[in-house]
Amino acid sequence: MTDVWPQLESLLAKVQKPARYIGLEDGSVRPEHGAGKVAWLLVYPDTYEIGLPNQGLQILYEILNERPDAVAERTYAPWVDLEAELRAHGLPLFSVDTHRAAADFDVLAFNLSAELVYTNVLNCIDLAGAPVRAADRGPEHPLVCAGGHCTYNPEPLADFLDFVVLGDGEEVVSEITDVVRAWKTSGRNGDRSRPAVLRELASIPGVYVPSMYDVRYEGDKLVSVTPRFDGVPERVEKRTIADLAEWPYPKQQLVPLTEVVHDRLNVEVFRGCTRGCRFCQAGMITRPVRERPLEQVRTMVDAGLRRTGYDEVALTSLSTADFSDIEPLVRDIIADPVNGQPTSVSLPSLRVDAFTVGIATEIQKGRRSGLTFAPEAGSWRMRQVINKLIREDDLYGAVGSAYSQGWRRVKLYFLTGLPTETDIDTLGIADLARNCIEIGREHAKNPSVTVSVGGFVPKPFTPFQWFGQNTVSELHRKIGLLRDSVRKQRGVQLKWHDPKATAIEGLASRGDRRLGAVIEDVWRHGGTFQEWSERFDLDLWTDAMARHGLDLDWYVYRHRTEDEVLPWDHLSAGLHKDFLWQDWRDALAEVGLEDCRWTPCYDCGACTGYSIEHIVASATPPAGGSQGTGQDLQFVELRSRPRAGTPVEVGA
Amino acid sequence: MRVRLRFTKSGKVRFTGHRDVARILERSLRRAGLPLTMTEGFSPRPKLHFGLALSTGYESLGEYLDFDVRDGDGEAAAVQVSALPAQLTALLPPGINVETAAVIDPRETSLQQAVTSCSWQLSIVGREPAVVAAKAADLLARDTIPVTRERKGQPVHDDLRPAILRLEVVGDTIETELSTQPRGVRPAELLAVFDPPMPDPITEGGRVCRTHQWITAADGAMREPLHATPAPHAEARAS
Repeated sequence: MTDVWPQLESLLAKVQKPARYIGLEDGSVRPEHGAGKVAWLLVYPDTYEIGLPNQGLQILYEILNERPDAVAERTYAPWVDLEAELRAHGLPLFSVDTHRAAADFDVLAFNLSAELVYTNVLNCIDLAGAPVRAADRGPEHPLVCAGGHCTYNPEPLADFLDFVVLGDGEEVVSEITDVVRAWKTSGRNGDRSRPAVLRELASIPGVYVPSMYDVRYEGDKLVSVTPRFDGVPERVEKRTIADLAEWPYPKQQLVPLTEVVHDRLNVEVFRGCTRGCRFCQAGMITRPVRERPLEQVRTMVDAGLRRTGYDEVALTSLSTADFSDIEPLVRDIIADPVNGQPTSVSLPSLRVDAFTVGIATEIQKGRRSGLTFAPEAGSWRMRQVINKLIREDDLYGAVGSAYSQGWRRVKLYFLTGLPTETDIDTLGIADLARNCIEIGREHAKNPSVTVSVGGFVPKPFTPFQWFGQNTVSELHRKIGLLRDSVRKQRGVQLKWHDPKATAIEGLASRGDRRLGAVIEDVWRHGGTFQEWSERFDLDLWTDAMARHGLDLDWYVYRHRTEDEVLPWDHLSAGLHKDFLWQDWRDALAEVGLEDCRWTPCYDCGACTGYSIEHIVASATPPAGGSQGTGQDLQFVELRSRPRAGTPVEVGA
Repeated sequence: MRVRLRFTKSGKVRFTGHRDVARILERSLRRAGLPLTMTEGFSPRPKLHFGLALSTGYESLGEYLDFDVRDGDGEAAAVQVSALPAQLTALLPPGINVETAAVIDPRETSLQQAVTSCSWQLSIVGREPAVVAAKAADLLARDTIPVTRERKGQPVHDDLRPAILRLEVVGDTIETELSTQPRGVRPAELLAVFDPPMPDPITEGGRVCRTHQWITAADGAMREPLHATPAPHAEARAS
């Protein structure tokens, strides 16, 4: 093995935040490598502070290290200062657990949570000492793979990844380990060994091997993506674990020695979401809803707080207020201090409709954490289009209860550039913010509302996958409207995401394989850490597009038609394409769709296709608020549902 | 009741910053289940009192932390102070070892104000120790060592000489004692006034280690905030 620590020490004395690179977290392991063990290097292609808390990576780290025939270590993208030092001294990418060179591992596994990290993936592969293009790798190189939400359209990275995993990783990592172990123990030898192991990997459900597919174009148009060999599936289906209760991970959440984002205990209370917000890829691709049993959540919270010494726990999911037992759970955590100190509870992704006064009261007994609501759109019409059926009264009720319980600052999150959006909808955001301030004044002297606006990026496997994204100038114009509108409003702060970055996110989100050359070009011109505003450079991207004869407008701003072959049509998140198309038509008709966990199935495909079901403790929706939460939606036109079990042709 | 800990910082963990160490210690105290006294108010925090900051990348044999615990009921002591070194070291990352713990008078001057000087060992990298020794002797022979430092964006003229209490070369190591008040001198500042200036050893593969912190009494007698009594676990945990 190659321990790079002795050479690394003097370099760490020269870089910012060297604690990023030392490992030693509580919960980390120093696994013993061996000939019969598959060595995984789990790579988060962003800085340590962003990557360390990632729960997906931590879950796989534990599952793999529990296996007698696997070891897993972690690494994160070295910041530009250390990268320069590593390259100057001829040192490779290394694991933070034992400071072992990346070349000592059999698999480099990337977590892809955001599009703008794609150039960092190439940089990490290169720093690992492997050719960035999969086709150029030989038996001496590790297998390079990726998982995470962005892999539902892996095509822009298809040239660089040996294989891609769709969906929940808990089970499939073990199946992959079995195949890779056989490859490793055979000595990876012979000319055919790498293609052979890839072909074997391609037969594992949920594993996609891009090099096993032929891609055909006619002019600009993508015509087909088809398997080149027998036994390689025409359509790769995502993996879904049926029951979260069987996977109480992470059991030993990593406790970093230095400051990171989300520096607290995280306990996943459920996976999947069927609220059906049409812009939300996470809600579409992670169906069905699988709640963790209340008792297991309690145990994980209690043991986790004791073990880590944290005084804050986040109950994570895509919409935590929807957890069946959320009120008693929060009440008990607050009422029962662990380690002799009050525990603060944070509920990310709080829907305003289910935010009852009860929960607000419970949370504020502990130390008060930040409160963010996501109305997403400024008008009721717009919220019908995106199927986020919360009424203004719901928001005002939630905000009022927050201010009355002692909060002084509330953050509201919105999208702009949504389908059918008009300036009335955009300016509705400012109206909502102003009204929230008014409500705040009833309870506090100087209430404040932070309005955070992000440009909407259409994502694969959502009803909006056919929508042409707003241009950079259009998003700038809308943000300008908002800025003018709230300029004189005391207490309202407006923040927005850079529309230029939004454009490139859109490019990578729905791009095809031809973008591989562009990503490589941007990387070769130094375009790493593009998700960091101080490093993002639109010119790098537009220049690279021009050099490769590709058109940003065509990829990002163009509406797709129903018959168009989408770059991800040969992959499946379980959702029927005609369900998504119907939902897109409903969106344009401003027709809402109810949450299916408490109402009959409308056969999106996620359950019926895989013979799995929702696991939800409560048969009735939580009280209060709207959309399946007790609100009378009679005044809303809802789509009539197809009968469950009706066979529906998948895809086009 | 106020408890003072003396601990080391060495190995990989030396690359954590002062604030990182503060957080690590706070979490470990909580995990040990100690009845920490909390601050009042909206966002209660445990009452911890840290000593002088140690630069990121430097090692130390003598770091200190004071913290307050609630008094026990009746004769039962709230905290088994003698058990703390082993108990806390087991909860801390390798390289941070609690060597000693003792109850101190809560009226005692805070560590930041009480400590008057520190002893340091700085390794000599890429230079002949004898030459460095001669240069050190030159420095000590001077009446003043004028330097210009930046304070709040303004250049300030200063004399380093009074703050250099001891300076000698032992083997391939510079051993020095530097004042921390009224005007403190950092090891890197000392190396910069050598002729030619010497870089910080940690950027050259060398080590900088704070070996002692000293409190000077009114009569000139020097003592450490707590005496080190190496615990048996210290060796095994060092890395």
